[in-house]
This record gives sequence, structure tokens and C-alpha cells, in this order.
Amino acid sequence: MKRLLSILLCFVSLSVFANEPATEAANEQGFNPGEMILEHIGDSHEWHLATLGEGEHASHISLPLPIIAYQPNKGLSMFSGSQLAHGHSHNGLKLEEDKLVAEDGSKVYDFSITKNTASLLFSAALMLIVFTAVARGYKKNHGRAPSGLQSFFEPVIIFIRDEIAKKNIGPKYERYMPYLLTAFFFIWFNNLLGLMPGAANLSGNIAVTLVLAVMTLVITLASSNKNYWAHIFATPGVPKPLLPIMIVVEFLGIFTKPFSLMIRLFANITAGHIVVLSFISLVFIFKSWAVAPVTLAFGLFINILELLVAILQAFIFTLLTAMYIGGAVEEHHDADHQIGGGDGADQAHVPAHAH
Amino acid sequence: MPAFLNPELGLIFWQLVIFLLVLFLLGKFAWRPILLSLKEREDTIDNALRMADQAKIEMQQLKAGNEKLLADARHERDRMMQEATVMANQHRDAEKARATEEANRIIAQAREAIQQEKNAALAEVKNTAAQLSVDIAERVLRRELSDPAAQTQLVDAYLKDVKLN
Repeated sequence: MKRLLSILLCFVSLSVFANEPATEAANEQGFNPGEMILEHIGDSHEWHLATLGEGEHASHISLPLPIIAYQPNKGLSMFSGSQLAHGHSHNGLKLEEDKLVAEDGSKVYDFSITKNTASLLFSAALMLIVFTAVARGYKKNHGRAPSGLQSFFEPVIIFIRDEIAKKNIGPKYERYMPYLLTAFFFIWFNNLLGLMPGAANLSGNIAVTLVLAVMTLVITLASSNKNYWAHIFATPGVPKPLLPIMIVVEFLGIFTKPFSLMIRLFANITAGHIVVLSFISLVFIFKSWAVAPVTLAFGLFINILELLVAILQAFIFTLLTAMYIGGAVEEHHDADHQIGGGDGADQAHVPAHAH
Repeated sequence: MPAFLNPELGLIFWQLVIFLLVLFLLGKFAWRPILLSLKEREDTIDNALRMADQAKIEMQQLKAGNEKLLADARHERDRMMQEATVMANQHRDAEKARATEEANRIIAQAREAIQQEKNAALAEVKNTAAQLSVDIAERVLRRELSDPAAQTQLVDAYLKDVKLN
């Protein structure tokens, strides 16, 4: 992955040098790969589907999304995003570089249904439909072999229960199964949905991974027992003079673990999108059909790799969550490396482009 | 800091609300029934396997019992046969002994009877001989025979008359 990235960087820098004398011409063409990529991986107040034409005559086909804003002085306002298109303002609000601001400069809390929020709602609905259908399968095929969707998801559910929850949490695993299953499938579904053309980069959005990581932290702390805190404030087997350092390290560890969860998922998914988009951009950078086969081959390769990364990252997030919970509910600390050394072992799982 | 590194408040809010809602709904309507069904099915399979094992053991025990019963029966039959043979032999020997004894007894009786008859016959012969002698002597005396030759002739003639049977 690192090698691929460096090859990519060579391509990008070469093209930049090649285009340098004609920078103005490139600007007239209006294609800036960095801007395009950032727009794709970022959030937006409209769901942009396609652009027809070029430059001045370009017409954008996009889905307007609802704007929901809370202003301390005006209260809640809700209207269609189409009212704010082309720099128009509505209700004293306007979009500045896709950021909702008040015309008078006062504070605005933006709760709009953005592209990511819409994607989030869609994936939530999809998950509810899929898994209630799976649950119905168990009612329908009671006492019989699973069928259809049910038989596709059953091995995954059993894997999460047996290999992730039971092994890492121990006998108390049942309480945490709903969270582990929901987190796993939420990440997996959204990673896959994010790979669809024109889709949002939801699981590669730091706000989403932040919420997931904070939930893991809250669950870990809420289920922590005496041993967990004893391990942090009086790490067994550590000489007394070293304890002040260890306490700081272990205490910070409480927060660095979920922080690594947040960054890992965000960086992996976003990086995957950037790499795929970069390969696609090469066609436009070189302005030649000749690079299309190479671009397509690499793009396809990365895309297939991303399919793997989609489930891998869901697995890693769930596994680490289970390990952190397992460390918090563990009764006897006979395996110290499970908590302290956990992060070192984790990194072996993470594909190189996470760093 | 690029915009994509900056977590947006709106998305944090929606992610929290929607994820918790999905967690609650799936937990209630999907994960609970699914996990319960899986557990139930695994328990059923476990039970079935355990029961099959138990049935196998019981079958083996039954088979062993049957074999023991069969072996017992065979043993009993052998024993009875042997007993019967022994008894039959004993019976035959006893019968044989009894028959021999009876035969011997009959033979002895017969001998005794013969002996008695013989004795009786001899006694009769003796009596008859005595009688004859007396008779002969009487006749000889009656005819007063002087001639010894005539006497002998006469005795012979008498003796010819007497048929000793």
C-alpha cells in the first residue's frame, strides 16, 4: 500500500511539474483533483450527483437536502436546501463554502440533514429492514435450517459472538452483544455503501467514528470493575518508584484506546476513497485516454481491496471494542498483556495505508 | 486544519441519535430473537447429540444384557441337558440293575423250584422203588419159589413191567 501511494505521489507530482507552464490553462479547465477529492470525502448540504457541461456553462444535478438550523436568538428553522442554492440566502442564513452561516454573523448550530446524515438515515433504515428480515427468518424457520438472508448473516453473527465476544469478554459477553453486532454491521454496511458511486463517505467521517469510539469508551468505563482501576492506579508487578509514570501512562491509555479506534476507521476509509479517486483523477490530469487502462486496473484493484478493508475495519473495530470491554470486566489479571500490550498487537491488523 | 478533520456538530448529533435508535431497535427486534434462536438451536442440537449418545450407551447395555441373557439361557439349557442325561443314565442303570436282580431272583426261584421238584421226584422214586421192592418181595414170597433161577426170572419180569418214568 505504501509503495502504491508513493507511485501515486510520483504520478501526481510529475503531472504537476508537467502542467506548471500551463497552470492558467488548467485553471480555466476548472479541474482540480485535490478539490474534487476533498469534496468527495467531505460532507455537503446537497447530494451532488453529476455535472453536465464545463466551466461557465456547467449545470449541476444534485438532490437538495433539508436545512435544519438552531440560532440562539431566532430559534429553530427548517427549510429545503434548494433555497440556499447559488449563494442565495433564506431566513437570514446562507452557505459559505458549504458552511451554514448567519448573514448577521451570529452563532448558528447546524443540524441539517447533510449528505452524510441522509446516508446515515438510509443505512439505518437498510439495517433495520435487513436484520428484522433475518430475525423473521428465525421465527419462520423455527427448528429448521436457516434460509436466504438469514443463512448469509448467521455465520457472521456467530463469528462475532464466538470469536470476538466470547473469547475477549468472557462469560459476561451477552450484555455487550447488541452493541458489538450493531457496531460491526453499521461499520461494514457504511463502508460498503461508501464505495458506491456518488455515495457519501460516512464511515470515513471523523464525526461518525468519534461517536462510535466515545460509545466504546462509555461502555468500557460503565462496565469497568475494581480490577480494571486497580490495574491502572496500582499496576501489578511494577516497582513503586515507577508507579507515578505508569499511572499517567495507564490513565492516558483509557483515552488513547478509543482515540485510536476513531482515527483508525476514519483514516482507513478516507484514505481508501482518496486512493480510488486519485486513480480516477489521473485520466483528467493526463488528459489522455492512454492512461485509462492503467487507471482502471489500479482503480479496480484498490476498489476490490477496499471491499476487503470494509469488512476488515468493521472486524477490527468490533474486536478491539470487545478487548477493551473484556479488560474492563475481567476478574483476574493473569494475562497482563491483554490490556497494556493490546495496542501494539492491534497494529499488525491494520493495513499500511492507515498510517 | 482541513474541513474533513473537523467533526461537525450536526453529524455528531445525528450519528448519536440514529445509532442509539438503531442499537435499541435492532437490539429489541433483531439481535435478541436472533441470539435466542441461535442459542435455542444449539441447545437443541446439543441435547439431541447427548441423547443420541445416551441411546447408544443404552443400546449397548441392552445388547450386552441380551447377550448375557442368551448366554445364561444357553448355559441353563446345557446344564439341563447334562442333568437330563445324567438322570436318564442313572435311571437306565437303576432299571438295568433292577431287571438283573429280578432275573436273578426268578432264576434263583426257578432253581429252587427245580431242586424241590427234583427232591420230590427223587423221594417219589425212592418211595416207588421201596413199594416195588415190597411188592416184588411180597409176590416172590407168595409164589414160594424154590428155584433161584425162576426167582431171578420173575424179578426180571416184574422189573420189565415197572417203567421208571
